[in-house]
Amino acid sequence: MPDGGRRRAEAGHGLSAVTTPERPGRPSLARRLRGPQDRTLWFWVFVGPFVLGLLVFVYVPIAWSIYLSFFDAYNTVTPSRFVGLGNYVDMLRDPAFRSSLLTFIVFAAFIVPTTFVLSLGAALLVARTRVMRAFFRSVFFMPVACSYVVAALIWKMSIFSGVRFGLVNTVLGWLGRDSIPFLSVTHPPWYWLVLVTVRLWLQVGFYMILFLAALQRISPTLYEAAAIDGAQGFQVFRHITLPQLRPASTAVILLLLINAFQAFDEFFNILSTFGGYPPYARPPLVYLYYTALGSGQDFGHGSAGAVILTLLIAIVALVQGRLTGIGRAAD
Amino acid sequence: MSDLASTRIDRRRVLLGIGGTALASATLAACGGNTGRQSSSTTTGGEGKPAIAQWYHQYGEAGTQQAVERYAKAYPAAKVTVTWKPGDYDQSTAASLLTNSGPDVFEYGNGPTIDMIKGNQVVDLTDLFGDARSDFNDAILKRFTYQDKIWAIPQVIDMQLLVYRKSMLDKAGVQPPETIDDLVSAAKELTGSKVKGLFLGNDGGAGLMGGPMLWSAGLDYLTDDNTFGFDDPKAAQAFTVLRTLFTSKDLLLGAPADWFDPSALTQGLTAMQFTGLWTFPDITKGLSDDFGCVPWPAMDGGAKSVPVGAYGSCVSARAKDVNASKAFAKWLWIDQTDDQLDFATAYGFHIPSRKSLLSKAKTLQSGPAKDAAQYAVDNGHAQTPLLWTPKCQTAFTDMMTKIVKDGADPEKQIAACQTVADAELKRVTA
Repeated sequence: MPDGGRRRAEAGHGLSAVTTPERPGRPSLARRLRGPQDRTLWFWVFVGPFVLGLLVFVYVPIAWSIYLSFFDAYNTVTPSRFVGLGNYVDMLRDPAFRSSLLTFIVFAAFIVPTTFVLSLGAALLVARTRVMRAFFRSVFFMPVACSYVVAALIWKMSIFSGVRFGLVNTVLGWLGRDSIPFLSVTHPPWYWLVLVTVRLWLQVGFYMILFLAALQRISPTLYEAAAIDGAQGFQVFRHITLPQLRPASTAVILLLLINAFQAFDEFFNILSTFGGYPPYARPPLVYLYYTALGSGQDFGHGSAGAVILTLLIAIVALVQGRLTGIGRAAD
Repeated sequence: MSDLASTRIDRRRVLLGIGGTALASATLAACGGNTGRQSSSTTTGGEGKPAIAQWYHQYGEAGTQQAVERYAKAYPAAKVTVTWKPGDYDQSTAASLLTNSGPDVFEYGNGPTIDMIKGNQVVDLTDLFGDARSDFNDAILKRFTYQDKIWAIPQVIDMQLLVYRKSMLDKAGVQPPETIDDLVSAAKELTGSKVKGLFLGNDGGAGLMGGPMLWSAGLDYLTDDNTFGFDDPKAAQAFTVLRTLFTSKDLLLGAPADWFDPSALTQGLTAMQFTGLWTFPDITKGLSDDFGCVPWPAMDGGAKSVPVGAYGSCVSARAKDVNASKAFAKWLWIDQTDDQLDFATAYGFHIPSRKSLLSKAKTLQSGPAKDAAQYAVDNGHAQTPLLWTPKCQTAFTDMMTKIVKDGADPEKQIAACQTVADAELKRVTA
């Protein structure tokens, strides 16, 4: 780089560079491509690798999987037999896939508001506390650092183990109750208790931190003004805190929705057995993994299923935005 | 935080597994260094000998890797490079077969899949067997055969069977079960306040026992003509037995370690357990000689059974030198009987796939192990047939779970499974 030294000088003495009189005539093409003070060049030096990575590892695979979804693609990623919407029709006709989509719409309808309320509640409590702030924040946030797989195995093999010395069954034993094989029976569906508690334990802390950050950005003058106007307790929360949290809430709900539909790790680790995954509480991705994208290598149907799932997430996100008003442009 | 991010990437990888596979293949092709091949421009391994890349999954037993490397080194006619692949072997191998950087000779669980055979990814090995054909375990060889051609050479056999604690049965005055009715009543007799009679896995056998129950009833997944095999009231009756056991409270459910681990038996949680032959060394350690084994019992009109499985040695159709690769596969897995015996018995607890080697295996000469080896010959059934695709298996597990756990109507569930299986059979036989 012959002019590296000059560029460094420019960077160091930005002001003096501005005062340098412009050269007459059009600057060279290379000069124009580099932009004023080489800003364009540096933009691409820093952003380029990430854009490239994003392109190669995210956008190309997405485009490729959409492409594959229109082909008969068993054991190949360069298929030749075009089947139009055939794979989509097959997937939508498959009762097992439909049932997993439906299950996860219901699951999302439950887990999104529950996590929202719990993490907001935790954030409000932690924000208010005067003693041991750092301690409480850490305690709630700590589970986020735990691997989904590790947590799933602890829940499955230790806390909700079906034998008499499982943690919950030990407590039930003290109360004189029979042991419950939580993950083996379907009536009543105890497995949901296991799945929902592990997910809440893992997730609440993360969203609590998001809410906590948003709470700290609310100007104290708003609360002072409200106090002067005579607002108290829940009124303050309803008319000041909640509206001020709107941008954070939008982000939280969207992330929760996507997470609910993309569930895989803890479900797979808690419910799958050597023989396969049972037909209940089966996330769409787990179903696709077993029938198409695992050892099956049926990339056409697998991609079609993935695209359907993506569309479903988009539709649900739009509908919830419409219904709750969260996410509408701030007024 | 970083953990959350990484799990999210994991999910995305599954969601977009398709593109990911393509990219992984491209990357593998680009850095062919760890594929076990020589550089792509040279096809010989020096001294004019061909180079062969052989892949194994990571066996858990110490010494296995050194053993297969030793066998490969001893092969005179080619330079064989062994690649030992930890992690998700089946999927990474299946993906690499789509590229030019895959293996020449590789093992695959229960032989190549029907899609690999139909997709011309593996080559026909029938002519390698010659006279030795009748010496291999029949059930396994049938599993590796499609349209009268054999697509893999069995390496070693694993099996599952019913193991019981002699002392517990003696105390309760119960004989090892001969029929399914015996089994159900034995489970009841053996159940006490702290011990259950029978353990079929934490899902009550929904994932494990479907096949054995079909064989008990004299049926199979598929008929000999590869059509749906259990559209039959006897199948519904057989599956109902599992439902009865599930609701009887005589079945161990929710054990910390599942059926493939002997802990439930050795820790006294259950008196009988359906498990794998591989647990015998651990059971012996825990219970000494206080255990015995029987095949899964029969119902009227059916037969006793044990599921058997084997890794099969396959030759890739994209192998640089198909004939040299076939010759090596034949040398190791058909001709070198000493190596086969060493591989089956010196590291893990397996059965050699050639019947003539059973009498030479020191580990299989007495006690329950000797019985088990004989069951594999007499009562062996391949876990699932070749044409039973992953999609069929998912539908089958769905059916079993709904019947066993939810008490769903077996005939309706069988019909639902048949709809999926018929469509798959039509596709793969097309």
